[in-house]
Amino acid sequence: MTIEAPTRTTPAEAPLSPPSSLYAKRIKVYPARVNGRFRAAKWAFLILALAAYYITPWIRWPRPGDAPDQFLLVDLAGRRFYLGPIVIWQDELYFVTGLLILAAVSLFLVTSLFGRVWCGYACPQTVWTDLYLWVERRIEGDRNARLRLDQGPRNAAYWTRKIAKHTVWLVIAAATGGAFVLYVGDAPTTLRAIVTGEAGSWTYAFFGILTFTTYALAGWAREQVCTYMCPWPRFQAAMLDEHSLVVSYRAWRGEPRGKHKQGETWEGRGDCVDCRQCVNVCPTGIDIRDGQQLECIGCGLCIDACNQIMDRVGRPRGLIALDTLTNLQRAEAVASAVPPGPARVERVAAARAEWRVIRPRTLIYTTVLVAVALVMLVAFVLRSTTELAVLRDRAPLYVVLSDGTIRNSFTLKVWNKGYDEPSYHLRLEGLPGVTIAVVGAPDERPLIATRADGVTTHRVHVTAAPGARLAESTPVTFVLQDEAGRAVVSTASVFLAPKR
Amino acid sequence: MPTKIEKDSLTGKTTTGHEWDGIKELNTPLPRWWLYIFYATIAWSAVWALLYPSFPGFSGHFRGLTGWTQRAAIVEQMTVARAEQAPFLDRIRGASLDEIRHSSELLAYAIAGGRVAFADNCAGCHGSGGQGATGGFPALVDDEWIWGGSLEDIHFTIVHGIRNAQSVEARISQMPVYGGILSRGQINDVAEFVLSLSNRATDQAAARRGEEVYAENCVSCHGERGEGVRAVGGPALNDAIWLYGGTKAEIVAQITNPRMGVMPAWGSRLDAATIKMLAVYVHTLGGGE
Repeated sequence: MTIEAPTRTTPAEAPLSPPSSLYAKRIKVYPARVNGRFRAAKWAFLILALAAYYITPWIRWPRPGDAPDQFLLVDLAGRRFYLGPIVIWQDELYFVTGLLILAAVSLFLVTSLFGRVWCGYACPQTVWTDLYLWVERRIEGDRNARLRLDQGPRNAAYWTRKIAKHTVWLVIAAATGGAFVLYVGDAPTTLRAIVTGEAGSWTYAFFGILTFTTYALAGWAREQVCTYMCPWPRFQAAMLDEHSLVVSYRAWRGEPRGKHKQGETWEGRGDCVDCRQCVNVCPTGIDIRDGQQLECIGCGLCIDACNQIMDRVGRPRGLIALDTLTNLQRAEAVASAVPPGPARVERVAAARAEWRVIRPRTLIYTTVLVAVALVMLVAFVLRSTTELAVLRDRAPLYVVLSDGTIRNSFTLKVWNKGYDEPSYHLRLEGLPGVTIAVVGAPDERPLIATRADGVTTHRVHVTAAPGARLAESTPVTFVLQDEAGRAVVSTASVFLAPKR
Repeated sequence: MPTKIEKDSLTGKTTTGHEWDGIKELNTPLPRWWLYIFYATIAWSAVWALLYPSFPGFSGHFRGLTGWTQRAAIVEQMTVARAEQAPFLDRIRGASLDEIRHSSELLAYAIAGGRVAFADNCAGCHGSGGQGATGGFPALVDDEWIWGGSLEDIHFTIVHGIRNAQSVEARISQMPVYGGILSRGQINDVAEFVLSLSNRATDQAAARRGEEVYAENCVSCHGERGEGVRAVGGPALNDAIWLYGGTKAEIVAQITNPRMGVMPAWGSRLDAATIKMLAVYVHTLGGGE
């Protein structure tokens, strides 16, 4: 138990008013332009992702039936999911669940290997914020110009630029909302309906919501989404370990930091020249030199900025780099024996550890990934285009006919996920001598008609042979046979009779 | 709110002054814009309360500036649904019962519509699945029909009903109160004879005596061998199905003081398309002839 010294309350130490409000003012971030490998990768992914997002709904795929000829279509009204030749019905939604599981495990695997690359490169918030920042930079100029503009007078130039920027942002936002609703209906029809004012209220509602959220989140909220709204940074620590590559400032090499004049010696000091370029380019406005922190989205732009400075001052690249905690700790240990300066950098480089890709964590993620993918593949290949559901009557459970014979009635639902309309013969296994009557069937032979890409309902009466001695419950199987007598699909049920 | 500044040496941030077991809470204030969003939601709720029915009052509630009500919304939805159903109902109205039965599209629609109408209007007496109920509510799933089980017969029965005063064409059959016509002994004899029609008589002598009584009083409605006479609505007595019970006591009771069920004439209550769908649905329950 600690006993504290009595609190001194001299005027010098205790301010007259509370030091801060309960609420903090937002500090606006003005990320500077940067060039380099990580930036190039970010541009490449951004173009790829946006192109995929905007172009996909326009890819055509001719298919029979009433459904639009769209390659990727989420048909909410028809309760179908179309992906090229693949049609997923609502009862097969587990395939979509499987895809989501695959996506989640892939995210865990990639995070355990490369840190938060999802956050830095693939997250829609990052992609659209990046696009919006590019627009902002084209209109208002780079970091310093933007700072000057915001601190300067509210003149015509100021308003022209601001209005131009927000107009372009809104156009992009509208295009985003528009593109999203294109996925749930035929793209050309939907677009025409939106433009001509003939689209439904739901279409306009989602169009409006997505336009607003894109504009507000990518234009105004930006890094605040990552820091204060997104739950992912809060539990990403569980996916990282000491062998994950994370954006790191190599303090053993950078410290002690300080200004450096050309021609001065590098002996006895660190490589960090305290130019603050890593801070200026950071889209979340943090100082990576403070170490790993929640706000870091792992985009690596600080690495690009620092490498440029290192090139300029003539020091090797990689003061900020993707590194593992293990390697950093080893470097610290080696470096502690050597005084700061170029010799320390060389000694540590010689003792560099290999990056461990194969570890229990990555093996488990990969195994789960492969297992789920295989299960889905097998389920997909083996899935039947015809399905049969049997609902037996519950009131009454059985009917006693005038001559004492027992009859059970069933409702059969036949899913036909194909585009042809075969008719099947109905057979009942497990109870010999029964008579099967299908309501509405044209002849004596129990024929089950199907509908292309649809469900048909049939009412079936099964009558036991007169005088048959029946158990209370007899397991039976309904079988649909094709013309050649092959069983296409079967479903089990029971035939009930009174207690004897 | 802290009353004095205290800086955490590791992070350089101020603390809130709160301390638990030596652990101090860093002062990390909420972003102000989050607070503004909270205010915005309050403002939004005020707008919402003005637009839609909200505040209670002494005489009713505030109705909202838009005039929107759930009741109006459901009426609108029902209007839309009825408009969507109209073409089908028109086709069913125009088609004969046999045409409905042999068009798989109309048949499926009629069964679905008939099921709903049946649950609303018929299930109270005939059971949710047409299984009937003891005490005079006939089962519609079996193969005994007092008035006939063809589509047309069922349709006629639904339209006009049974023993009611609403339709002049209602099916009417009247069983006399034999308690005032026959003696107790005769009633016992004829009950034994009726049991013998399904081979259940226990007193063969009485059954033989009862045959004569049966021939004089019952044949015209129930048929020579108890096979029933549909034209007059006389139920069959030679099978396993009994409307008021098949034990001797129940048969005696029915002869002495007969009970006879009543069914309303649905022709004056439901529209033609609904009645057609009902007829088709009942026909598919299993007993349809």
